[in-house]
Amino acid sequence: MSEYKIHALVCSGTGCRASESDMVVENLKTEIAKQGLSDFAQVVKTGCFGFCEKGPIVKLIPDNTFYTQVKPADAREIVEEHIVKGRKVERLLYTDPDSKEAVNDSKSMNFYKKQIRIALRNCGVINPENIDEYIARDGYEALGKVLSEMTPEGAIKIIMDSGLRGRGGGGFPTGLKWEITRKEVNEQKYVVCNADEGDPGAFMDRSILEGDPHTVLEAMAINGYCTGASKGLIYIRAEYPLAIERLKIAIEQAREYGLLGERILGSNFNFDVELRYGAGAFVCGEETALIHSMEGLRGEPTLKPPFPSVEGYLKKPTNVNNVETYANIPVIFNKGAAWFASIGTEKSKGTKVFALAGKVNNVGLIEVPMGITLREVIFEIGGGIKDGKKFKAVQTGGPSGGCLVEKDLDTPIDYDNLIAAGSMMGSGGMIIMDEDDCMVDVAKFFLDFTVEESCGKCAPCRVGNKRLYELLNKITDGKGEKADIDRLINLGSVIKDTSLCGLGQTSPNPVLSTIKNFRNEYDAHVLDKKCPAGVCKSLMVYEIVEENCVGCTACARACPVGAISGERKEVHKIDPTLCIKCGACEERCKFNAVIVK
Amino acid sequence: MGKVKTLDDLRKMREELKSKTALRDKSEHSEGMIQVKVAMATCCIASGSRETMNYLADELDKRNIEAVVTQTGCMGYCYAEPTIEVTIPGKEPVIFGYVDEKKADEIIEKYIRHGELVEGIIPMNYKNIEDTTK
Ligand SMILES: Cc1cc2nc3c(=O)[nH]c(=O)nc-3n(C[C@H](O)[C@H](O)[C@H](O)COP(=O)(O)O)c2cc1C
Ligand code: SF4
Ligand code: FES
Repeated sequence: MSEYKIHALVCSGTGCRASESDMVVENLKTEIAKQGLSDFAQVVKTGCFGFCEKGPIVKLIPDNTFYTQVKPADAREIVEEHIVKGRKVERLLYTDPDSKEAVNDSKSMNFYKKQIRIALRNCGVINPENIDEYIARDGYEALGKVLSEMTPEGAIKIIMDSGLRGRGGGGFPTGLKWEITRKEVNEQKYVVCNADEGDPGAFMDRSILEGDPHTVLEAMAINGYCTGASKGLIYIRAEYPLAIERLKIAIEQAREYGLLGERILGSNFNFDVELRYGAGAFVCGEETALIHSMEGLRGEPTLKPPFPSVEGYLKKPTNVNNVETYANIPVIFNKGAAWFASIGTEKSKGTKVFALAGKVNNVGLIEVPMGITLREVIFEIGGGIKDGKKFKAVQTGGPSGGCLVEKDLDTPIDYDNLIAAGSMMGSGGMIIMDEDDCMVDVAKFFLDFTVEESCGKCAPCRVGNKRLYELLNKITDGKGEKADIDRLINLGSVIKDTSLCGLGQTSPNPVLSTIKNFRNEYDAHVLDKKCPAGVCKSLMVYEIVEENCVGCTACARACPVGAISGERKEVHKIDPTLCIKCGACEERCKFNAVIVK
Repeated sequence: MGKVKTLDDLRKMREELKSKTALRDKSEHSEGMIQVKVAMATCCIASGSRETMNYLADELDKRNIEAVVTQTGCMGYCYAEPTIEVTIPGKEPVIFGYVDEKKADEIIEKYIRHGELVEGIIPMNYKNIEDTTK
């Protein structure tokens, strides 16, 4: 069989299917057959291009022509002009929004710059269990250069110039942290990698460790050289067995090659890495708690200062950084500080990895330059909201963050803007919510998590969050009063101001930000005893509309608790005292006679 | 392999490793093998990528197709897992989504044997650091 010379890739993702891409496929096939070119050109349905806003998308290869908003009727012209005569159909070409010019080759579209893989550069590209593949992609080059050509001060200056900030949540300048640790005088110092990753829904760090473990080892060794530490520790949760397995293999291979151990690459520098396992408590991601957990003590935070860089593991100066922070380090040395600093915004450089979750079409792991807008992330890369529903809010920063809404969609994402908008960068979880999500319920979900995870050391967090949770429960149960909303706000502020560690200091954020942005929803629960999104079961009432009911008895037979009464061919009735709000009747009724109020 | 003693050693080694893979990519004859990478992170394994990998390795072998099946990290397209990347010598890599045994069979028969694309390709939508020339 001969090979096809032209492929027409037609997007068949959810977004494009909604705008008739299936018909485009059919018509293209028919037109190609009409021209007798079925052996020459093949039509292929593909997954989402991430360009749903301008769908349906048709891409022709080999010449990378990118057609947007293609209608079924355009198929003929594409075949007759492009496939037969080799002339592009100008009017369907993608036009660059800045230059207003038609783009001929999709490789030069700005859209592809929306994701830049720095921390994830090797994920999904190399075999993580083979050090050779890492080395073939410039692995350990940065370590070699730093050891043979640079002083610790000189190397730290490069990190400072790059503008890299911690990806573990706080956004502390990485170069500055290294410098503080370096300046401490002590015969023993430590380098720690924080791989605790406790955010619900986050898996950025896990993916890096599973996909590219050597990058973390290389960066930790560089960190050790810069700060004067000979020992590295990776604190990883025991629930990450695959990441642990791959790290172990990577450490073995690096030792075998002499890239960990004594006199690395002919220098006087010795460095080795060990794993430490966490039991998966969220609070153990906080650096002081993490250190105590490694010391064999209870995983409880202690007051800062002293900061770990000054007094950390076994009271020695300890430099703690996050997995993703480390994953950026080798690239900065290989491509230069200026290159790194050219990506991002004024105060937030480089990229950030996010785990997209919730009601978005393309759930997954993305890496985008700082300064991208939430709209681009959610609607272009994320492919928009599932089932064509309406966007409502996005939670960044996990249980410590807040929700952002429609008006925030065009704000460039960086550390400072997210804080100004009432949320935070956090470690990179991004949960998208649609019109069917109840914001009081969302706040309750996150608070449930923090109540569970509070270590109990300080009263505001231990007791305060519990009380916050009870108040929310009261509201979703339909027993809330007007003053409860003010109580939430007051108590939340006190918890923020008086808690000992970052967990308590941020735990009321989901409550406070949902009240700020969705006060009307709280009011509806409290004043009207209604849940506008139809989530809070206690507030729902199932009823039968008399005009629509034909008395088919389908609902009565579906009800598991026998709450529906009525004779055949007569209007049925639901007894609200028996109803358990399971929705079975609504699902069964063919006449739209059952409604939820 | 023994220890890498200096930065020069490392660089030499890299050149060797690079040319090895480059040769593999370019050559037209039997040495240039087909490469299949299966995303094998926790998320992918949960959606069956291990079964897919085993199936691909077994079937390619049974059908006498010379190919290397390797594992790699998360490709990021979690909504379409299991995902695999197939590189036929001399061609651009292609990523396929939702690869269960049926799809894997189709990919072997159509794409790997005949270079014919099959449905379920996932268009790449990111830049690598090599592409950012600023
Ligand atoms: C409750 C809480 C949980 C945290 N969890 C993590 C975590 O899972 N991973 C992480 O890297 N940092 C976490 N942090 C931040 C760390 O305390 C610390 O700032 C970070 O590891 C420093 O690394 P970076 O400067 O590279 O971001 C957490 C902080 C708090 C208050
Ligand atoms: S809503 Fe559920 S419980 Fe209530 S009447 Fe209908 S089927 Fe029965
Ligand atoms: S669904 Fe077609 S581009 Fe996303």
